[in-house]
Formats: sequence, structure tokens, C-alpha cells
Amino acid sequence: MRFGIVVFPGSNCEQDCYYAAHLIGEQVSYIWHHETNLNGYDCIILPGGFSYGDYLRTGAVAKFSPVMDALVTFAEKGGLVIGICNGFQILLESGLLPGAMLRNKGLKFICKYVNVKVENTSTPFTTKTLRGEVLRIPIAHNEGNYYAEAGVLEDMNKNGQIILRYCDPHGDVTEEWNPNGSIENIAGITNKEGNVLGLMPHPERAMEEILGSEDGRKIFESIVSATSK
Amino acid sequence: MTSEQKIVNSEQAEEHVELVFIHRSLFIRSFMAELYEELGLTKEEYDKIVKILGREPTYVELAMYSVMWSEHCSYKSSKPQLKNFPTTGPAILQGPGENAGIIDIGDGQAIAMKIESHNHPSAIEPYQGAATGVGGILRDIFTMGARPIAVLDPLRFGSLEDDRVKYLFEEVVAGIAGYGNCVGVPTIAGDVYFEECYEGNPLVNVMAVGLVETDKIMHGYASGPGNSVILFGNKTGRDGIGGVSVLASQEFTETAQEKRPSVQVGDPFTEKLLIEVSLELIEKRLLVGLQDLGGAGLTCAACETSSRAETGMEIDIANVIKRETGMEPFETMVSESQERMLGIATPENTKNVLDVCKKWGVDAMVIGKVTDDGALKVYDDGELVGEMPSRSLADEAPVYHRTSAKPDYIKEIQSFDPRSLKTPRDIEKAFMDILTSPNICSKRWVYEQYDHMVQTNTALIPGGDAGVLRIKETQKAIALTVDGNGRYCYLDPYTGSLIAMAEAARNLVATGARPLAITDCLNFGNPEKPHVFWQFTESVRALTEACRVFNTPVVGGNVSFYNEWKKGAVYPTPVVGMLGLIKDIKNMTTIGFKRRDDIVALLGNTMPELGGSEYLKVVRKKVAGRPPAVDLKKEKALQECCLEAIEAGLIKSAHDISEGGLAVILAECCIAGKTGAVINGREDTDMELYEWLFSESQGRIVISFKERSLFLLEKLCSRLRVDLTVLGRVGGENLQIGDKINISVERLKNSWQGALHV
Repeated sequence: MRFGIVVFPGSNCEQDCYYAAHLIGEQVSYIWHHETNLNGYDCIILPGGFSYGDYLRTGAVAKFSPVMDALVTFAEKGGLVIGICNGFQILLESGLLPGAMLRNKGLKFICKYVNVKVENTSTPFTTKTLRGEVLRIPIAHNEGNYYAEAGVLEDMNKNGQIILRYCDPHGDVTEEWNPNGSIENIAGITNKEGNVLGLMPHPERAMEEILGSEDGRKIFESIVSATSK
Repeated sequence: MTSEQKIVNSEQAEEHVELVFIHRSLFIRSFMAELYEELGLTKEEYDKIVKILGREPTYVELAMYSVMWSEHCSYKSSKPQLKNFPTTGPAILQGPGENAGIIDIGDGQAIAMKIESHNHPSAIEPYQGAATGVGGILRDIFTMGARPIAVLDPLRFGSLEDDRVKYLFEEVVAGIAGYGNCVGVPTIAGDVYFEECYEGNPLVNVMAVGLVETDKIMHGYASGPGNSVILFGNKTGRDGIGGVSVLASQEFTETAQEKRPSVQVGDPFTEKLLIEVSLELIEKRLLVGLQDLGGAGLTCAACETSSRAETGMEIDIANVIKRETGMEPFETMVSESQERMLGIATPENTKNVLDVCKKWGVDAMVIGKVTDDGALKVYDDGELVGEMPSRSLADEAPVYHRTSAKPDYIKEIQSFDPRSLKTPRDIEKAFMDILTSPNICSKRWVYEQYDHMVQTNTALIPGGDAGVLRIKETQKAIALTVDGNGRYCYLDPYTGSLIAMAEAARNLVATGARPLAITDCLNFGNPEKPHVFWQFTESVRALTEACRVFNTPVVGGNVSFYNEWKKGAVYPTPVVGMLGLIKDIKNMTTIGFKRRDDIVALLGNTMPELGGSEYLKVVRKKVAGRPPAVDLKKEKALQECCLEAIEAGLIKSAHDISEGGLAVILAECCIAGKTGAVINGREDTDMELYEWLFSESQGRIVISFKERSLFLLEKLCSRLRVDLTVLGRVGGENLQIGDKINISVERLKNSWQGALHV
């Protein structure tokens, strides 16, 4: 399969995602944000970083990049899209995912390992995980405090769109283990169709034991499995 | 533009030209002779400029000399001392004199590194001061063709009980985070100390590290007469005018806030683009030379690149893209607007360079060309406004041999004997007070605000003895640390500086790395004061000696003088940034105890050395005595011993003993390993228990290992003549030391981690 990684001016995790795809032995290439043709890719990654400096609002300018129209079409046709951190914020801004992102409750940037519980194992991003499994993956963000209105949340819960929630090491979803104030401890969601995932933790940073965790592999390997069917 | 607008604009322009003209002639005719003082030059320096030029300088020229001859740019007070540093070695590819030093790590790869201070800007405008400090040092790294892979931040503040200190601390950390996180370079290590002497003049040092293939190393040379001089990056504005001269090279006064306009504003987004543009230009071999614009702005970049290459340069400042209209020529030449680079390219490659910049959306303009006459000529839309020999700006600043005198306080303060104090009544309480003091407690509050994992190389995150980065596609890793205890240096600058070196090397060794080189940031008071200069010379003497023993040449660094405020100079604070190489990352060792029943032991010897200790400061509220002694030969033997033991696979954990002493280090080993330990053994000495627990003797490392390794370790230690004392075993839920300390690791952790916040 082939991953495509969109590079916006100010992206800074594109090389990490590239290396992660390379580690699991898949083909991967960069997509400059002016590109409008996404043929030939099985999964598009919107990497983390500070697209356009995020001076206005995270992801607010990136959504106007030429590549975004092509991405919407790609997603409508059922192509897999994964937005990590700033990529998640861009997916929210562009309307591919519901809800919005606020500043962390502590008003500070947070970089650390967190635990997230897998809530739905039937998405193309989670088939290699177990229901209720706790993944140890780092976060690194200033705006990860996810918010959605009650009605939207209810729908998302009903549709199984909430994929990851912050939890303690045993899988208990508690306020104490919520690093950023995110509503219902939400760390990752999909669209209704289940082919677009946005998540704040960085799976590409948890691919090797030497860096502290290999749990991120499970997400990448799920994608490989889903696209090779 | 309509014709009407054109007329209005040209009228404005004419009016403006007239104003500028009047302004300039006023300067030249009436004020020139007095102006140099305002610009930070002395009468002698002004006379020297007149002699070099054979005439009175123009205002542009005077402004350019004033920034290049500032202490910050010229090292005029420190040059005679710095020349003693060892700067060469088999692994050293680039020593001092370039934008950064470069060290070979094998396999065609090298590490670029450099440390710098941004103390005064951070004292006035902490967020931007710290942020632009990060930006400036990163540019020094990618200018050499290296991709920045790490930032380290040594910080010094006043006591956190002061509200303004809290504000400075919070904003400096936020500034480093705001910039470093955005450009995507991990901040992997650093240190923070709080001492009253830094209250009005915090120290904000920043070290950056990059990885470069040895055949892609770039230099700041303006070679090849006829080549284009291209300025790219941010537009040039009025920010940072005189940053190096009026801000960095003078003492702080009550009116320091008025210098706020001399602090620049950072734009990390543009910096990130500049990294990619610069590395792409180098990768495609489109550049002859590259230099960043930092202190002294375009003046510095132009004269340094042409002086290094023994060429000359012509610049027309009308071609510099500006952020505002009406800028005086001198303002354009000395502006310290951030995120700008000066590239030198052949005429054939010039368009290609501009095209790469365009692709990334980065402004770029050809502003001049390289010449062969050794002169730096500045034109303003074709009119010559300044002409000086490049060398005279870059390399011919006056050198001062400052007077040095041992200060009176030393004798008095060193005469204090900590052994004259009574035993603390409650040793456990004293221990907890030290463990939770701001200098000792966990700095998690700080480093969690920094993205320390981006680039996916961070094998050892902050909180250990050093930061460790693996090098992708190899078995290698590098270890990095910054160290420098100002309090020790205040009590004895020579010994304190030896300790900075010993501790840095020990930190690296404890992770399994062999030290390779250092970059140093020397933070001192006003060098025109004999006692400050004495501190400086003592410190440099110690660093020079230790560098020779540890085989760690100096590959570059920074001297920051004039760190004074209303209560006097800061502690003399040399900060050592050291690089080490771990040959095989499998050998990387961490501080946490690993397995129940492993033996806990001490390498090295404890002496009753409480002078300058945290115990004395926290429990006895005293800063006095002599700092712990350093025996460089013994220190070196200890480090060899630890390294050999690690490489032979004999030990499971290693933690260097430093501030706070043995008890604190044992607590950290337990917290990191999520296990307790029972400590019953002790060296055979006549010390009191509290002295043994809180002494800050150098040359010590706490290790843990499997029982079956004991025999081989004892053999190794006796061969290298290093003392090994078995202290106890790993296990249980408490840290138990003799019958005086018995505390759950959970409580230790919560107290230690929760102590620092704003």
C-alpha cells in the first residue's frame, strides 16, 4: 500500500510519519500542499506541526490549501485519512470531522506519554487492537481540548465515532487522567463513515521500544490490514 | 498604482529625502564626536576607527563599528583568555570561529553544536527574549548544513518567592516552548537553578545541536568575486537596533525597561521554512556560502563572510526588503530583525536559489555582490554611504587586557567550616526539605511544556542524567548535557568550573556515553571590574585544564559579560554543554533501579563536603564554605570505570551524584525505577550520617547490578583504583536508609514531582 503525507508550510511531524511508514515496510511519499491529485494513495496522513504558524487559529489557514479540496473528494470516495494533532485540528476546521478544539485546560503546552483506551475496534484504524485495550502514546499540543455540542456528542457515541479516550493505566476513564480537559476524555474520533480519523496522540512517536512504546504500530498496522483487503 | 497616487508618493518621498538629509547632516556635523559614546564606543575606539579610515566615519560606518566592536560580537575583553582553550582533536572537524563547532561521530556523520546566551533580552521581555534566543542558535546550526535535532536550555532565575521572578520564569519557559515546539526541534535537556543573585538578571542560555553529513558541511564564506549576495527570510524592520551593543554589552540599570525596543520579536514559522529552504539549497549544492543574521544583523553577516574569505562585498540597501518605510541606512545595516539568512551563490545558480525560496514562500533578494578588494561598501540606491575594510569590522576590534584582582569576600566566605554546625535534629525532615527545594525537585513542570519527542529520536527524555538521541539507521546514539553551578563558582570560581566540567562528563558517562567535546557559555558580571575579571580568568583556567584531562576540546561558545543589576553581579556562571557518543545504543543506561534484589553500590568516595551545598542553603540558610574538591585524575578514573562497566554489560542503572547528595540521588533512582531500596551499608568513615547523606563530593556514581556481577565489578574497580562500596539492595515500597529515613517511594515521588510550579 502507499501512504501519502501532506506537507504544509509549518508541518513538523511529516518526517516522523514518513519514518513510521518506512518502519512497517510500506511505501510512502510526501504531498506538497499545492498538489491537487491524490490518485495512487491508499491512506493520506495530515501530520502534526504548526501549519502556517497557527498564528490565527490551529488549522484555520491550512484548510484553504489547494490540497484540501482534493482531500475532501478523496475522503468522500472512501479513501482513508488520518489527521494527527495539528492534522486533527485541520480536519475539524475543514468540516471533515465534527466538533472543535480549545486550548488545553491548563493553558500550557503538554508533551508526555498518556494512556488511551480503544473504544471501537471495527474501524480501519483499530482492527489490530482489542476492545478496551490501553495504548501508551505521547501527546504534544497546546490545543487538544476537544469540544462538541451535546447533540453532536450523542450522535457520535451512538455511531461508535469516538475511538480513543484518555484513561488511567488500567483503562478507567477518569478526569484525573484527562490531560487537556477534552470533553468525555476524547482523544480520537472518526467521521460517521469511519474512514477519516482525527487523534491528538502521536502514534508515529510510539513505533519502537527504544523510544518507550510500540503501541502506535497497532494503528499503522490496522491501516495496512484495512487497505490490503 | 494610478498616476495621482504616484505623484503623492513621490512628493512624500522627496519630503522624506529632505528630512533624512537634514537629519544626517546634523548627525555628521554636530554630534558625531559625542555619538560614539551613546553607541557604546569609547574615545580610544573612536580614534582607532578614524585611524583605520583615515577620516571621520559617516554615521552608517560608526553604527556598524559600534555593533561589531561591542563586547558581545568582538570578545574584546575575553580573547586573551579564550585562546588557551584546547580546540582541536581527531574528532573535531570545526572548532571556534564559525557559526557552530562540528564533531565527527563516524560513518560520514557529524554533530554541529553551539551554545549562546540571551540574558538581557529575556530580563526585559522574557517571552520574546527566550524565543529569539532559541531561533538565533538554531540558525547557527542549520547555517552549517546541519539539521537541528535538539535544543537544551540552562536557565537561572532569582528566588521564586518574588512575583517578578515567577513571571520571568513562566514567560521564559513559554517562550522557549513557543518557539522550539513550533519549529519542530525537541528540547531534550536543560537545567534550572534559583538563586537570589539572578533576580534582576536571569540567565537564559540556549544550546542547539544538529546532524550533518560530513560532505554537506557548509561554511560562512563569501568566496568568489562576482558571486551574488542574497538576503532571504523575514523582512527587515526597526526591531533589535543595537541589541548587541546597548543591550548585551552594558550593565543593567533602573531604566532597562526603556531598552525594550531593542528586543526582537520571533517568528518560528518563518524559521521552520528557513530550515527547509537552507537545507534544500545545500542539498542541491546551490550555495557557495551561508551565514545567518543574528547579533549586529546584516553588518555582521556581510563583514564576517567577506573577512573569512578574504574578499570584499558591495551591498545596496535599497534592495533589502523592508517591513517599514523611511528606515535610515544605518538602521537597515544594524537591524536585528529575526529569521534572516545571507547566501552567497554563483551568478548561474542565483535564479535557482531564488526559485527554491519562492517555492517555500520565503522572500529573497539579491542585495549585492562579492568583490575582491577587501572593502565592505554600503550603497543606498546607488549612493555610497559607507566604505570600510571588512577585516577591520570583523577581526580588528581592540583587545583589552583587563585588570584582575581576587575579591575580598572569597577569604571570608571560604573560612566558614560547615562542620562547626550542629547535627540536624530531624534528618528525615532535612532530607525532604532538600528533595523538594526548587533546585533539586523534578523539573517536570518545565520540560512537559517543551516538545521533547518530535523527530522520534529521543531515547532518554528529560529527567535523567543527560538527554540521549539515537541516530536513525545506525547503532549509535549521542548524549547531551548542560551543567554549571553558579553557587560553587561564587565560592571558588576555579573549583566551581572544574565541577561544571566533571559533572557534565559524569552525566554523559552515566548514560554510557564517551565525552567528545564541549561548547561553553560564560556568564559573568562587568569585566571592567577587577574582581569580576578575576572570577572569569579563574573559571577559564579551570575549564582549560579539565578539557585537556577529559579530552573534550572546546568547539565554540559564547561569553556573556555585564550580567549585573542593582544588587551587583550574578554569580560567575560558566555553563558547559557537552556532547558524548554511545557506540551501541543497547548499552544506554538509565538512572532508575531495575530489579528487586539488585545490589546498590557507590563508585567513588564521599568526603564531609557540605560547603556550598543544598543542605547548607536549604536547611541552614547559608551560602558559604568551599565547594567540594575535584581531583581530575580520580574523576577521570571513576568515569573510565563506569564506562567500562556499562560497556561490559555489568550494571543495570547508573546515576551521577551531584547537588543534594547521596540521599537525593537514591530517591531519584527509586522514583525512576518505581521501586524501593534498603540501604544499610556505608563507607568506613568518621562522618556523621547527615554529612554522608548530604555531602556533595564529586567523583561519585550510584550504580545497581545483579549480584553475580559483583565479582567482576570489584576486579574492574581495583584495576582502575576506584572505590566500590555496597550500600544495600533494590526492593520494597520504601526508601529506607539506616534507621533515620524510611519513606514510601509514592510519597517521595509526589513531593518531588509536585514541588515546582508557578
